Amino acid sequence: MGDEFVILSLAPLLIGICAAVACALPGNFLLLRRQALIGDAISHVVLPGIVVAFLVTGRIAAWPMMLGAACAALVAVLLIETIRRLGRVDAGTAMGVIFTSMFAAGVLLLEQSDTSSVHLDVEHALYGNLESLIWLDATGWSSLLDPRALAGLPPELPRMALTLLAVSVAIRIFWRPLKLATFDEGFARTLGIPVQVLSLGLVVTAAIAAVAAFDAVGSIIVIAMFICPPAAARMMTNRLSAQICWSVAFATLSAILGYVLAGYGPLWLGGTDAVSAAGMIATVSGLILAGVAVIGPHRTA
Amino acid sequence: MTLALPRTAPDQSPLAIRGLTVSYGEQPVVFSIDMTVQDGAMTAIIGPNGAGKSTLLKAALNIVKPLSGRITVYGQPLAQQAHRIAYVPQRASVDWDFPTEVLDVVLMGLYRDLGLLGRVRAHHIRQARDCLARVGMEDFADRQIGQLSGGQQQRVFLARALAQKADLYLLDEPFAGVDAATESAIIDVLKSLRAEGKTVVAVHHDLSTVRAYFDNVFLINRRKMGEGPIAAAFTPETVQATYGGRLADGQISQLTMGA
Repeated sequence: MGDEFVILSLAPLLIGICAAVACALPGNFLLLRRQALIGDAISHVVLPGIVVAFLVTGRIAAWPMMLGAACAALVAVLLIETIRRLGRVDAGTAMGVIFTSMFAAGVLLLEQSDTSSVHLDVEHALYGNLESLIWLDATGWSSLLDPRALAGLPPELPRMALTLLAVSVAIRIFWRPLKLATFDEGFARTLGIPVQVLSLGLVVTAAIAAVAAFDAVGSIIVIAMFICPPAAARMMTNRLSAQICWSVAFATLSAILGYVLAGYGPLWLGGTDAVSAAGMIATVSGLILAGVAVIGPHRTA
Repeated sequence: MTLALPRTAPDQSPLAIRGLTVSYGEQPVVFSIDMTVQDGAMTAIIGPNGAGKSTLLKAALNIVKPLSGRITVYGQPLAQQAHRIAYVPQRASVDWDFPTEVLDVVLMGLYRDLGLLGRVRAHHIRQARDCLARVGMEDFADRQIGQLSGGQQQRVFLARALAQKADLYLLDEPFAGVDAATESAIIDVLKSLRAEGKTVVAVHHDLSTVRAYFDNVFLINRRKMGEGPIAAAFTPETVQATYGGRLADGQISQLTMGA
């Protein structure tokens, strides 16, 4: 692999891997808690946050929009938990109510305010712009040691890497209570574990991963990675720590394979254009899940 | 109706509840309950379905928030004494497909020792295996929990409680849906706990075994319907009142008179 790979593909590949793994990690716990739809919910509720961020700042920039999206995600998480606890309803029900309402509020806000000059691109929101995150300052592998070239890395890469690091550290630190409270909430409470705070913390962690990934690679990957790698991993093993490792492996494999297939697959088939990398990564993760559902050693009836 | 007065004073009791009311929504599930658990004895909480037995236990542990009431454990607030209580939830309250192994579940009972990041050391493993041996499950340590029978699951839960090395054991329907071998294994363990001076409180639904298994009963049907030693409190009258006449008279006197 030559210089061209470093310039064109290294950054998107790494960003894709970081985004996939950062979403898959909390996805494991959300899946076991039957809250896997939260990824779907978050990708809907960020819309009003993005619109508000635009209305406040008056421009399209990454940080205010991410901040707005994060705030909207937090508001949604709080509302979902509140409805779940006060209304004593299923988490899925609470999510359904909140994410449709907030998405509708976002559309309403968009229509009612003067944002006609802004082009809120549906395709961008869904598929992100992974292929465009190229490293123009690089000249080859040696650029990895060149501070000036490194400064020109797409900002999505350090942002996503930092997010992955934060998510991993949080899950490592709270591993034991998280596992305990996921398995047996009542027992966890008698041990003095703050179950509600922990549950909220998990969802907030997922929201942070989702918003960061959403900005870099679009919502398709977010939704797919919260569910597909953990669900496939669950069927590979009966131990939680092994399940986490499998989910990381599946997420990484999806990101690499998806990116390569999107870039070269159509050419191999005689086509001329590449297809969306994000879409292909999500597709690969779905295919992995389907494959494991057929041959996985720990499928349950 | 003669009820023996509690022998353990409330300020010494392993679990003393005063004026406990819990409600889910409008309707109170348990109403104005007073309970004084006798130290070093085995107490059965009995009452019909929906009488608030499990809720009483959960409120005593602060798993559900009561509307009102005061709970003391060995004379002090629950928060300060929570480490002296071991809890065995209803077996059906958790998902047994959770990806973990038997030994891992028992190690959960050592959470207070291990904390957030403490390493699991050889003596922790040994302790957990000893607890499994006490319930006759030592050969199942590495088994995936989803492969266990109902009785085996219940024993694993009991082993986890044993690992907590508590003074007060609160069990929610420990005999529900278990085989006869498990039932006798569990009662043997509970009686050995009593022999060590520990206190056992169990939600119980089988009236025919109350007399054989327990020293005291606490009768509940949303309100307290009776409390005291078996001989005094577990009578045809109190049971009939608790179950609201839903049991046939002959059935009741047979159950409560005992051998």
